[in-house]
Amino acid sequence: MELTHAGDIKKHVRVYVTVFVALLALTVVTVSISYLNLTVVPAIIVALIIASIKGSLVASYFMHLISEKKLIFASLILTVVFFLALIFLPILSMSDRVH
Amino acid sequence: MEIPYTIKARPDTGLFNAKLGIWLFLASEVMLFGALFSSYILLRIGSVEWPHHVLDVPLATVNTAVLITSSITMVMSWASLMMKDFKKYRLYMGATILLGFGFLIIKYFEYTHHFHSGELPSYSTFFAIYFTMTGLHGLHVIGGMIVNSYFWGPGSKMWKTEPQRFTNRIEVAGLYWHFVDLVWIFLFPVLYLL
Repeated sequence: MELTHAGDIKKHVRVYVTVFVALLALTVVTVSISYLNLTVVPAIIVALIIASIKGSLVASYFMHLISEKKLIFASLILTVVFFLALIFLPILSMSDRVH
Repeated sequence: MEIPYTIKARPDTGLFNAKLGIWLFLASEVMLFGALFSSYILLRIGSVEWPHHVLDVPLATVNTAVLITSSITMVMSWASLMMKDFKKYRLYMGATILLGFGFLIIKYFEYTHHFHSGELPSYSTFFAIYFTMTGLHGLHVIGGMIVNSYFWGPGSKMWKTEPQRFTNRIEVAGLYWHFVDLVWIFLFPVLYLL
């Protein structure tokens, strides 16, 4: 991030504190939901949605991706594509299994 | 020889070199942890039964809070340098290191509890992947603590000679530390809650 005025940084600090509180709150929410004994599929979906929100908050604000240069986005998009391949290709390879 | 673009942005990338470097490294880290998450999914799909809430959820919740707190102290240490407040930087960076240490201590208690109960990695598929994933994550925490300790101690001399370069170094160390936090944010529900 470019060197900005001290006033700008103070505004950033307020955002950091808000994000921090949101992260703690979401942690409490996801733990509470895990005690509700939901069936496996909805439990996984809800937990992953909450984790994704938390992850995006960390990446966007603490890692200030929200104001980052294009080249970083480009390399991250490539990473996401390969990450999805890494996750889904093995699962697809199991889809022809006879249960 | 002087290292190029440690302060100024490189004209073609718009970034100082270390920033692009750490993001590319983090991209490779995504693939490393991604491979383990992928293995986790395959093992879980292939298993007849999967344990639920067998780990210490309250303790891990506290540990999650510890790591999240260390992330905000890390970003505050960088913000302090941006505000030219070296004393506060020292304070926040010190807190980040201590919180990292706290995380590892809690993890140590968890591990020894499992070992005493005979729950070694060979005990079940679940414990095998649990120890592999949290172990690799723990090593990342240790790595980050070593770097942060250097920047808290001897490495901080650079603040007097090249303050902007030092601030950039802390930003890069912070990007790594937040990534380690981010990995835990996914490990926690996947291993402890689901």
